[in-house]
Formats: sequence, structure tokens, C-alpha cells
Amino acid sequence: MIQDIIKIWSKYDYVFYRGIKYTLFLSVITIFFGTILGAVIAFMKMSKSKVLNTAANIYNGIIRGTPILLQLYFFWLWLPKISPIELSDRMCITIALIVNGSSFISEVIRSGIQAVDIGQMEAAKSLGIRQSYAMRYIIMPQAIKNILPALGNEFIAMMKQTSLGSAFFIGELMTAYRTVQSATYKGIEALIIAGIIYLILTYALTFLLGIFERKLKESD
Amino acid sequence: MIDNQSETLIKVENLHKKFGDLEVLKGIDTEVKKGEVVSIIGPSGGGKSTFLRCLNLLEEPTDGKIYFDGTEITAKGVDVNKHRQKMGMVFQHFNVFNNLTVLDNITLAPKLEKKVPKEQAEKRALELLETVGMKDKRYEYPRKLSGGQKQRLAIVRSLAMDPEVILFDEPTSALDPEMVKGVLNVIKELAKNNMTIVIVTHEMGFAREVSDRVLFIDGGVICEEGAPEQIFTNPQNARTKEFLSQVL
Repeated sequence: MIQDIIKIWSKYDYVFYRGIKYTLFLSVITIFFGTILGAVIAFMKMSKSKVLNTAANIYNGIIRGTPILLQLYFFWLWLPKISPIELSDRMCITIALIVNGSSFISEVIRSGIQAVDIGQMEAAKSLGIRQSYAMRYIIMPQAIKNILPALGNEFIAMMKQTSLGSAFFIGELMTAYRTVQSATYKGIEALIIAGIIYLILTYALTFLLGIFERKLKESD
Repeated sequence: MIDNQSETLIKVENLHKKFGDLEVLKGIDTEVKKGEVVSIIGPSGGGKSTFLRCLNLLEEPTDGKIYFDGTEITAKGVDVNKHRQKMGMVFQHFNVFNNLTVLDNITLAPKLEKKVPKEQAEKRALELLETVGMKDKRYEYPRKLSGGQKQRLAIVRSLAMDPEVILFDEPTSALDPEMVKGVLNVIKELAKNNMTIVIVTHEMGFAREVSDRVLFIDGGVICEEGAPEQIFTNPQNARTKEFLSQVL
């Protein structure tokens, strides 16, 4: 088996490399935009406006209450119908992954902010510091420390979720596995290779987040 | 100390506050004059803290009006932040900014909201820290401070904005007993220097010694008010009598 694995790797490494590249690209894009969208949803949910609040609740309710694979199929079928420009499968799946990730990230951000003692905001208010400054200088610096560990978990989950794109053959690492599997009929070996690569990627991400967290801890 | 000619700084008219169905304040009318020290006493849950928190609108009154320095701050469209800058507040749980050093705790609001230059703000902060014996702590973060130090920091933080009044919400209730005196001394010093003070407190000795006027609040109303000697030695209201017999 190990010989088979080595043989497959030496013959099809370029397929896996292509998959790794696209998985990394997809992870960076979905994590980046998922975090931005997640922050927006989080602030909508904390907003005093009933409309924004309800919208955020419905959004989170639907996304957390339905399977991610269903969401991918839905966006894949639906987005091309409503989009004025032509959308590739890759774009539809990317958007679906961003939407899914943003919902989970929004909860991490919201709970991290709300975990900051309410007295901190009250003290800022009592000094006449406007809310936006209070958020920026007092609340967010403290919230980041609550948010970061949980956010790291979401990032890793999002990286792994890009593999669901293989159902649509969009060319990430799991698609590479399918390509190699159908060319060689050696499914288990190809899977092991893909699995090892995912482990390396997630471990590297965990490591980077760990460095970042330690940096933050040093600062206080 | 004050005399009869002192101007009114805070005026409260028919103040009501409801939390859902629970009416915590049921119509409070009072005035605070410039330089006056007003102590608010009464049983827990009687509305003392809510009343104090309404004065700088940390709680939004359900009904009634509050005037500060001649302006109705409960009116629509008033820039509350501008008025809060002139009303300091000190909390039971200190609420010093955990992510900032002692020095930055003090200089943040002046720098952000009054555009005081950094050097000037820090110079003032050091002077203030000196007065409470904490100059050597200026680069520490709050987690390294004792409760008493945190509360003294909170007091000078509010002083850095040059407020016209400071509202104290049970400033010594969360302190270890040996820390209480130091904090009370700082407040006494402020009173001596003519700062207007409204303080919710369980320190009856302090209320009696320092205040010009004592309000006894229970059941969401001012049951009785008067000079400390009168309230403590000759209370008229039945609830005041009962309360004082329990705490003194």
C-alpha cells in the first residue's frame, strides 16, 4: 500500500498540487469575506433596530438549520438564475461557502463582544466617550481576545468545508482526489494522500493562529 | 459646603423608570445645588442606583425631566455625550478599562473627546495620580491593582474630564474593608474642595459626616430628605426609622 501511495504521488503529484493551490485560494477568499460578512451580521444582530435584528436572526436560523451541502446545491442552481452577469460553478460555490461561514463567524464575534463586561461600556459612556470610540478603543481590543480562539476553529472548519466543492468538481483538493481515483482506481491510497495534505494545511493554519494569539497575549 | 444662594446644577422633575412591568422609580423630584454633597441611602432594591444612573442617562427615564446646568438633557436631540463629560461617574465595580494602563485610563477621554494634546493630558493625569498616591503605578495594567487602587483610579479618571458633578454608585461596597477608608478619604477631599457630589452609599458614618443633605429612597420614591443630623437623629418617616434601626 505504501508503495502504491508513493507511486500515485510521483505520477499524479501535479494534480494534487493544483488541488492544494485551489484549496488554499478558496480558503483565503472564503475566510476573508466570511469574516467581513460575519462581522456585519454580528453588528446587525446586536443593533437596536428591530428590522436588522430580525434579518440577522432569520439569516442565521436558515443557515445553521440546513445542511451545508444543500446550501451549496441551492446557490449553485439559484445564483446563475438571478445574476445579471454569468457566474461559474466556482463562483457560486465560493459565495455559498462565504455565506455559510459568515453565519457561524457572526456568532463567534457577537458572543466575544457581549462577553466584555458591560461596565466597560458604561464607564466609557459616563465619561462622554461616543459609542464608536468606545467600541474601537475599549470594547474591541478586549473582545478580540475572546473571539480569536473560537474564530480559529471556524477558520479551520471553513478550510475543510471547501472540500464539499468537489461535489461540483470545482478543482480543489478533494476534486483532485476524485480525478486521481478515477484514473487509477486506487481510492484508498489517493484518499490517504489527500488526507495527509489536509492535515498539513490545517496544522499550518493552527500554528499560524497560535503565533498570532501569543502575540496578542504578550501585549497585555 | 453650600449656602442658599448656590445655583441649581441638577434638577429632577417627576422622574419615573420602568423595567418592563416593574416600576422602579415612581416619581422623584429633587434638586442638587452647585457644591452640594448629597447622600442617597435606603434599602437594596429601593431604586437608589437606578435614580443615580438616570441622572447621566445610563438608564433612560420612562417619564419625567432632568435638567443639568439649565439644559433639559432628557429632551430629544440633546447630545448626551457632551453633558456626560461634565458629569463624572464612579461605579461599585470600578469599571476601569482593563486593556489600558493606569495612565491611558485617565487620558483616553480627554484626548478623544476634548482633543487635549497627549503631553498635556499626561501631565494632568500624573498630577491627579499624585493626589491619590498612585503615581508609581502609572504604567501598570488594572489587573495588577488592588480594589482600592482601581477605585481611586476610577475617581481620578472622572476628574480628568473636569466634571461639574461626580455621581458615586456605592463606591466602597465592593472593596475589602481595609480599602474603604482610603477611598472615602479621596471622596472627602473632593467634597472639601467644593466638588458637587451625589453618592449612593451604605456608609452611614460617611453620609452623616460629609453630606449637606441626605435622601432616603425606598419603593421608588424619596421617603424623606433633610440635613444629615435630622435624618440620622430624628427621622420622621416610619420606613426611614426602620431602615436606620437596622443599619446603625
